[in-house]
Amino acid sequence: MMTPGESIASLKNVTLEYGNSRKGKTRALDDLSLEIPPGRMVGLIGPDGVGKSSLMALVSGARRIQQGSVRVLGGDMADAAHRRRFCPRIAYMPQGLGKNLYPTLSVRENLEFFGRLFGQDKAERDRRIEDLARSTGLNEFTERPAGKLSGGMKQKLGLCCALIHDPDLLILDEPTTGVDPLARNQFWELIARIRRQRPRMSVLVATAYMDEAQRFDWLVAMDTGRILDTGTPNELLERTQSDTLEQAFIALLPKAKRAQHREVRIPPRQPSDEIAIEAHGLTKRFGNFTAVDHVSFRIERGEIFGFLGSNGCGKSTTMKMLTGLLPFSEGEAKLFGQPVDPNDLAIRQRVGYMSQAFSLYGELTVRQNLELHARLYRIPEEEREPRIEQMFERFSLESVADSLPMSLPLGVRQRLSLAVAVIHKPEILILDEPTSGVDPVARDSFWELLIQMSREEQVTIFISTHFMNEALRCDRMSMMHAGKVLDSDTPQALQQKRGAPSLEAAFIAYLEDVSDDDTDAPAAAEVPPAVAASPADAEAPMRFSARRLFSYARREAMELRRDPVRGILALLGSVLLMFIMGYGISMDVEDLSYAVLDYDQTSTSQAYSLNLAGSRYFVEKPPLASIDELDERMRSGEISLGVVIPPGFGRNLKRGATPQVAFWVDGSMPTRADTVKGYVQGIHMDYLKTLARQAPIGVDPASAGVALRYRYNPDVQSLPAMVPAVIPMLLMMIPAMLTALGVVREKEMGSIINFYVTPVTRTEFLLGKQLPYVVLGMVNFLVMVVLAIFVFDVPVKGSFPTLTVAALLYVVCATGLGLLMSSVLNSQIAAIFGTMIATLIPAIQFSGMIHPVSAMEGVGAFIGHIYPTAHFLIISRGVFAKALGMADLYPYLIPLLLAIPILLLISIAGLRQQEK
Amino acid sequence: MRALTNILQLGIKELRSLARDPALVILIVYAFSLSIYSSATAIPEAPYRATIGVVNEDPSPLSYRILDAFQLPYFLPPQAITHAQMDSGMDEGRYTFTLNIPPEFQQDLLAGRHPAIQLNVDATQVSQAFTGAGHIQQIVSSEVTTFLQRYHGQDALPVEAVVRMNYNPNLDRSWFGAVNSVIDQITMLSIILTGAALIREREHGTIEHLLVMPITPVEIMLAKVWSMGLVVLLASSFALRFVVQTWLAIPIGGSLGLFMLGAALHLFATTSMGIFFGTVARTMPQLGLLIILALMPLQILSGGQSPRESMPEVIQDIMLAAPTTHFIELAQAILFRGAGFAIVWPQLLALTAIGGVFFVIALSRLRKSLN
Repeated sequence: MMTPGESIASLKNVTLEYGNSRKGKTRALDDLSLEIPPGRMVGLIGPDGVGKSSLMALVSGARRIQQGSVRVLGGDMADAAHRRRFCPRIAYMPQGLGKNLYPTLSVRENLEFFGRLFGQDKAERDRRIEDLARSTGLNEFTERPAGKLSGGMKQKLGLCCALIHDPDLLILDEPTTGVDPLARNQFWELIARIRRQRPRMSVLVATAYMDEAQRFDWLVAMDTGRILDTGTPNELLERTQSDTLEQAFIALLPKAKRAQHREVRIPPRQPSDEIAIEAHGLTKRFGNFTAVDHVSFRIERGEIFGFLGSNGCGKSTTMKMLTGLLPFSEGEAKLFGQPVDPNDLAIRQRVGYMSQAFSLYGELTVRQNLELHARLYRIPEEEREPRIEQMFERFSLESVADSLPMSLPLGVRQRLSLAVAVIHKPEILILDEPTSGVDPVARDSFWELLIQMSREEQVTIFISTHFMNEALRCDRMSMMHAGKVLDSDTPQALQQKRGAPSLEAAFIAYLEDVSDDDTDAPAAAEVPPAVAASPADAEAPMRFSARRLFSYARREAMELRRDPVRGILALLGSVLLMFIMGYGISMDVEDLSYAVLDYDQTSTSQAYSLNLAGSRYFVEKPPLASIDELDERMRSGEISLGVVIPPGFGRNLKRGATPQVAFWVDGSMPTRADTVKGYVQGIHMDYLKTLARQAPIGVDPASAGVALRYRYNPDVQSLPAMVPAVIPMLLMMIPAMLTALGVVREKEMGSIINFYVTPVTRTEFLLGKQLPYVVLGMVNFLVMVVLAIFVFDVPVKGSFPTLTVAALLYVVCATGLGLLMSSVLNSQIAAIFGTMIATLIPAIQFSGMIHPVSAMEGVGAFIGHIYPTAHFLIISRGVFAKALGMADLYPYLIPLLLAIPILLLISIAGLRQQEK
Repeated sequence: MRALTNILQLGIKELRSLARDPALVILIVYAFSLSIYSSATAIPEAPYRATIGVVNEDPSPLSYRILDAFQLPYFLPPQAITHAQMDSGMDEGRYTFTLNIPPEFQQDLLAGRHPAIQLNVDATQVSQAFTGAGHIQQIVSSEVTTFLQRYHGQDALPVEAVVRMNYNPNLDRSWFGAVNSVIDQITMLSIILTGAALIREREHGTIEHLLVMPITPVEIMLAKVWSMGLVVLLASSFALRFVVQTWLAIPIGGSLGLFMLGAALHLFATTSMGIFFGTVARTMPQLGLLIILALMPLQILSGGQSPRESMPEVIQDIMLAAPTTHFIELAQAILFRGAGFAIVWPQLLALTAIGGVFFVIALSRLRKSLN
C-alpha cells in the first residue's frame, strides 16, 4: 500500500531486548517491520508492555538500535550524523506526566529553555511562546512552576515544549494517560488544530485509551513486540466486525489471549449495615491552599466506591488522609467505626493501599517485593509461599517473577503494586488510580478480582479512576473537582440527573458548571497559526553551539536559584569550615602531658625534672610510683611521655658515671611522638649546657648555635600557614560535590531524555551544567579570600590576579571532577560516595596540605603529582605567603590546564548519547 | 517480636538494594582496601624525605660531617646551592629547608667564638617545617658536640637521655595512617549510606508505602541502622584483618573483638547521624553538601589528623560531643597500646550515650518529617 520512500519512518526487522543475559532478557520488540505513512496522525494501540514505548524511543533516537534498521525522515537512525541533523525536526514527549519538564522552573522558563536549545533568538522565542501559550490556555500560568501544574496542564506544557521548534514528526507516548476527560478532550482538540495549521507534520501517538484511538487516521495494533494489524480505525472495525476498537483489539489478539478475556459481570450486592469508611467534613489545607474541602461520604462494607476526578482535584489527598499518611486539618474520618489513628498498627493490617506513583522497591525483584510485604504483613510462614504463588497467578506475574520492576512496563508494575496491596487479604482496599496505564484485558481481569473480593469476601473497595467504564462499575461514586465533591450517587443516577447520554458527558456537564479558566480555553479556537514557516530544511546543526550550551547553563542556574539551600550551604559551609580548620588544625604540639618516675629523689634529680616542667610544651601530671603505673597510664592515653630517672642519678652524675634518663614516649601517634622526641632532646641539651656552665672544671664552653628563621611566617603561627592551604581544599570539595549529582540526578529522575532527543552534544550538555557551578565556586573563592584577609588577618602578599586565574582553572577542574563522577555512575548514592572518595583523601592527604608531596611514596605520591589540589596549593601558598606572581608560578598552572580537557574527555566517554 | 521481624526484613531489603548497585559496592571495596593501603603507605618515616639546600661556605671536616648526617629516608641528599638559588628555591617550594654554613665555621667554633649556622624553614610546609626544624637543630648540635668531644679527647656526656618509643618503636607512620583511614572510612560510609538510603526512599515514594503498613518509624530506622552498620562493620573488619594486618603487616596490639564492639557502638551513633541528615536535607544534592560539612570537622578535629591537646580548648570541648573523638581514642588505645576493657570503658560508655542521643533526635525528626 505504501512505498518505503514515502514513509516518514520505516522499521525493518527490529528487535530490542532489555535486561542482562544472566537474569534473562525481556524482548520488547520482536523482529518488527513497519512503514509509517507521513502527514497523518498514526496511533499505536495495544496493552502496556507490548513495545509501544520502545518503538517510539527508537524512532525518536532516544534509544540505541540493537538489531534491524530504523530509518526516519529518510536517514538511518543508527548514524549519529543523521541523528544530529534530523533531531531538530523530531519532537518526542516521553511517557509519564511532565517527565521531560523541570519541575522547579516556571512554564515560561521551561519553554524558553527548549527554545534556546533549538537556537531561537529572543524575538522568535517570545513570539512562539506567546502563540503556544495562548493556544493551549497556558498564558495565564506562565510564571507558575511546572511541578505545581495539574496533570492536564503538564501535558499541555510538555506538548508546547515539543512543538516549540516546528517538528516534522511529533512523537507522543501516552500523552493523555492520567489526565481527566475534559483536559483530554482539550488536548486532542489542540493537536487537531495544530495539525490543521501544519498539515505536513506527522504525529505518532501511543495510547492506552481505545476510545481515543477512534480519532486517529491510521492505527497500528501491537502485541508482544509484534504488529497485529494496521489500518484506519474503520478498516480495523470492519475486518474484525466489532463495534468498538476495544472489542476489535481483543478480536485481533491471538486465541490464547482472547480466551482469558470475559465480559465483566457485576452481581448485585447485598446491602450491609456495617459502615466501613466514613468521613465528615474532611478538609486538608496546605498553607493557604485547600486541597480537600469538606468532603463527606459513607461507604458500606463490601461496597465498591469510586472517586472520579482530574489530577490534583484532591482524590489522592483524601485517600492519604484515610490511610493516616496525612493528618487532616478539619473534620473526622472513621475506619470500621474507629477514628483514623496513624499510630494504630492493628488497623493498618486490615487496610490495603496502592498509591498512584509506583512506590515499590526498584532494586528488589518482583518476587522479593512480594516476599518482603508478605513478611511485613506477618502472613504465617506456611501460607506465605502459596499466597505469593496465588498472586503470581492472579496478576499474571509468573513470567516476570525474577525481573526488576524498573525493567517492566508501567502496566505490569501497576499489577505488581496491586498484588502487594492485596497480599494480606485486607478488609478495606484503598486504590489510588490503580489501573491508569493498564491495558483493557488486564483491566477487566483486575476488575473481576475486585468484584470477587467485594461480593464474596465483603472487602470494601475505595477506588479512584479516570476511566468512565470503570466508574460505571462502581456501586456508588463521587465526582470530585478542585477539592470539592460535586455529587455522589450511583453512576446511573448521576447520569439521569444531568440527562446525559453517557457518564463522561455527565461528568463534563458537572465540570463545566464549576469550571474556571484553569481548564477551559475557548479563546484558543481563534488563535492564528502558532507557527509561521517550516524550519530551514535539514541544515545540519553546528557541532558545537554556544547557545545550546548557555541554554543548559541558564537552566541549571535557575534550578540552583530555586533551591537556595544548596547555594547557601555551599557558601556558608565554606565559611564555617574555614573557621573550624583555620583554628582547629594546629601543627604546634603543645600541652603534652607527662609524668615523672623519680627513683633517685635527690635534689639533682628534682632539678632535672624541674627543667622539664619549665617548658611550655609540657604539662606535668602527678608523679609515677612504678613502671607498671607508667605502663597503665600511658595505655589509657592519660600521659604521652613518661620520664624515668634511675636510682643513684645524682651520685652517678657527680662521679661522672653518665647516668641515663629514660624517656618513654607514646608512639601511637607518630607525628606527636616525633615532636615529643625533639622537645625532649632540646630540653636535655639545655640542661647539659646549664650543667657545663655550672661545672667548676669542665668542658670548654665552646659551642655552635643554629640561627633558625621561619620564612614566610616568622612567628610560626598556625593561621597564616593553614589558611592558604584550607582554601584549595574547600574549593575542591564543595564545587565537586555541587556538580556530582548534576547528571546522575537527571538519570534517576528521567529528564535526561531531553538530552537524548534534542540536538545537544555531550560537550555542550556537560559544559552547560558545569558553568553555573564554576561561577558559584568563584564566588566561594572570593568569599574565602575576603575572609582570609579581613577576619584571619592573612594578607595576600603576591599577585591577586594570578591567584584568581589559578582559582578559576582550579574550580573548573573541581567541578569537572564532580561531573565526571556524575557521568560515569548511575545512582546518586554512588555519586556522593565516589565524589567523597575522589576528593577528601587526595585533597587532605596527598596534596601537600600537611606533608609535602615530595615526601610521599607509592600511590599517594603519584596522586599527589597529578591531583589539581597539589598544584593550586603551591600557587595559593606562593601568592598568600611568598609574595609571588605569574612569572614564578606559571609552571603550576600547566597541570591545571591539562587536567580540564582530560576530565571533560573522560566525562564525555562515560556519558551515553542514547539510552542503551 | 513482631517489631523484630519487621526490622529484620526491612534490613534485608536494604542489603538487597545495596547489592543492586554494583558501582557502589566497588567503591566500598575500594574504600576499604586500596584507599587504605595508599593512605597508609603514602607517608613514610619521620621527617619523611625533607628537601634541603645547603650553601656551604666553610669546606671543613666539621661542615661535611654535618652534611653527611642528613640521611635518607629522613632527608633527601642535601643539594649544594648558591645564595641566589636559596631564595628562589624556597619560593618555588623546591627546598623546605636551606642551611647556610658561614665561612670559617669550624675555626670560629674551636676558637670559642660561638658561630651560628643559618637555617631557613619554609613555614608554609606546615608539619614538616615544625618537626623538621627540630630535627635539623638536633643533628647540627649533636654533630657539633661530638666533634668538640673528639677534639677535646672526651668521650662521654655527663647525662645521657635515652628516648624510647612505646607501641611503635620505629614510629612507623603507616601504622597510624592505616588505622586512621579505616576509622575515617567507617564514619564516612555509614553516614552516607544511611542518609542517602532515607532520601532515596523519599524521592521514590517508597517510604509512604511503608507507612501504610503495620510498621513504625522506629522499625524503619532501626532496620537502616543495623543493615548499613553491618555492611560497614564487615568491611572494616575485613580491612583490619587483611589489609592492615596481612597486607601492610602492621601488628595490632589489642583485641580485635573489643575494637569491633567499639566500632559497632560508633556505627550506632554515625548511622543515626546519617538518618538525621537524611531528614534535614530535602534532596540528594543538599545531602551531599551537608555530609561534607559534617565529615570534614569530624575527620580533622577528632584527633585523627593532629593531636587533640594542641587544639583550642573550645574546640576540644565541642568535639567531645562527636562520636569520632571517642572512637579514635578507643581505637588508638586498643589497636596500638593494647588496652583492654578496663581502660576503654569510658569511651564505650560515651559512644553509647552519644549514639543514644543521636538516635532519639534522629527518630523524632524522622517522625516529624514523615507526617
